[in-house]
Amino acid sequence: MGEFGTALLTHGFLQAALLAGLLASVGCGIAGTYVVVKRIGFLAGGIAHAVLGGMGAALYFGIDPMRGALLAALASALVIGWITLRFREHEDTLIAAFWAVGMAVGVLFIARTPGYAVDLMSYLFGNILLVPREDLWLMAALDAVLVLTVAALRRPLLAVAFDEEFARLRGLPVTLLYLLLLCLVALTVVLLIRVVGLILVIALLTLPAAIATQHANTLGRIMVLAVVLGGLFTTGGLALSYGPDLPAGATMILLAGASYLVSTVVLHLLQRWRARRPLTAGGAS
Amino acid sequence: MSAAPVIEVRGLSFAYGAVPVLENVDLSVSQGEFLGIVGPNAGGKSTLLKLILGLLEPTAGAIRVLGRSPRTASRDIGYVPQYPAFARDFPVTVEQVVLTGRLGHGRLLGGYSPQDREMARWFMTQTEIADLAQRRIATLSGGQLQRVLVARALACEPQILILDEPTANIDMRVESDIFDLLRALNRRMTILVVSHDVAFISAYVRRVACVNRTLLCHATESIDGQVIHDLYGGDVRRVAHAH
Repeated sequence: MGEFGTALLTHGFLQAALLAGLLASVGCGIAGTYVVVKRIGFLAGGIAHAVLGGMGAALYFGIDPMRGALLAALASALVIGWITLRFREHEDTLIAAFWAVGMAVGVLFIARTPGYAVDLMSYLFGNILLVPREDLWLMAALDAVLVLTVAALRRPLLAVAFDEEFARLRGLPVTLLYLLLLCLVALTVVLLIRVVGLILVIALLTLPAAIATQHANTLGRIMVLAVVLGGLFTTGGLALSYGPDLPAGATMILLAGASYLVSTVVLHLLQRWRARRPLTAGGAS
Repeated sequence: MSAAPVIEVRGLSFAYGAVPVLENVDLSVSQGEFLGIVGPNAGGKSTLLKLILGLLEPTAGAIRVLGRSPRTASRDIGYVPQYPAFARDFPVTVEQVVLTGRLGHGRLLGGYSPQDREMARWFMTQTEIADLAQRRIATLSGGQLQRVLVARALACEPQILILDEPTANIDMRVESDIFDLLRALNRRMTILVVSHDVAFISAYVRRVACVNRTLLCHATESIDGQVIHDLYGGDVRRVAHAH
């Protein structure tokens, strides 16, 4: 770890990697909270994987792949939103199909892209040590959009996440807000591509928020805690992986997964311990 | 009091696919009324409420609520669902849930106004849940959650209050409390309440609509064994009313 500290001071690429991890944490804490409480992890996974189609197409046509990813993520959020609103009874199958078809399209485009410049692995699993500077700006901009949107629309977004039927009765534009929520998830997927890659996105999107829901009572507090946890996981994963030269993205995910396991077990033991204590007056109902 | 009915249902039919749920239903509810809706399970009670709320579209017939279409009128209705559409473990406090009743009044951006918070506090006091304000809903008992749902509906400042089996999963004492509260609220607003419990509800409401695919209205005084037999198809003990 000390080795990581000194390397961090001397190597610009490590500083960029650290910053990328922290910027990604902001998005995954905020959007991830909605994904966890609204239980749309599978939808988020579908959006993330289908993005490869857009990145592949962007490479083939010679456009910046991150720009392709951004467009593809928003498009797949809208398609998946349309699927869940229009074909609710077949939602599961259709999202699974969209998930795989998106990836297949990406693989075909990349195979047909002239030259051998494309590193498919870095899209799938991320490469935080090679984040270009302009991508950091893109990530900061996406974070700003996320924070401002959620701050401005926190009440209607909570209403839609909590109880769609009641929100509809109150005259809120429920369909629009739901699609907006999926688009925020899509932006976060793009944020995370450089850090952990398309395949591991879903873990950083859900695990920090899932741990936070075990310890905080409101969406706002869960978001703050999830951002902090996300920062710890990305920074910790980066530091742990640096010495032994392990893949950073995978290390972050293992750290997050292990933390979730520990948090769940500790919470469970705590609840059993509390239940076993003699009841104080008015303590239980 | 205006003479025009607040809810007017004419020739209403509804089917889930090929399965008819309601057929040729007429119903007129006047302002200030406390109407009970009873009937067997799957008889169409909840469906009728959802049609009045504009959550479902009728197959045939017309509904006017406060002289408007149900969808545009739903903002002026407070609705307490039988099965809450939300997950009980959702991380949200009692106060936050009651405050969602204030949505639809005023702007959507930013936070709640001080008046919204004041009003939410007032309705939490009325429903005796003020001391639970900061509790997460997952920690509430069935009766407490029911009061939260009533407070949320009241926070909408409704002209009509619609409750679907508000006392289905709570004990008799709390059931009486909730109906006493409804009786007090009835001085200010029209109330429709669905119940499977004809005997209990008759002590509170003046008119009962019996829904079993079709709809028949009775003054509570006239409910006798024959009515109940027709509605439920026998096997129901006769209920004597003490009016």
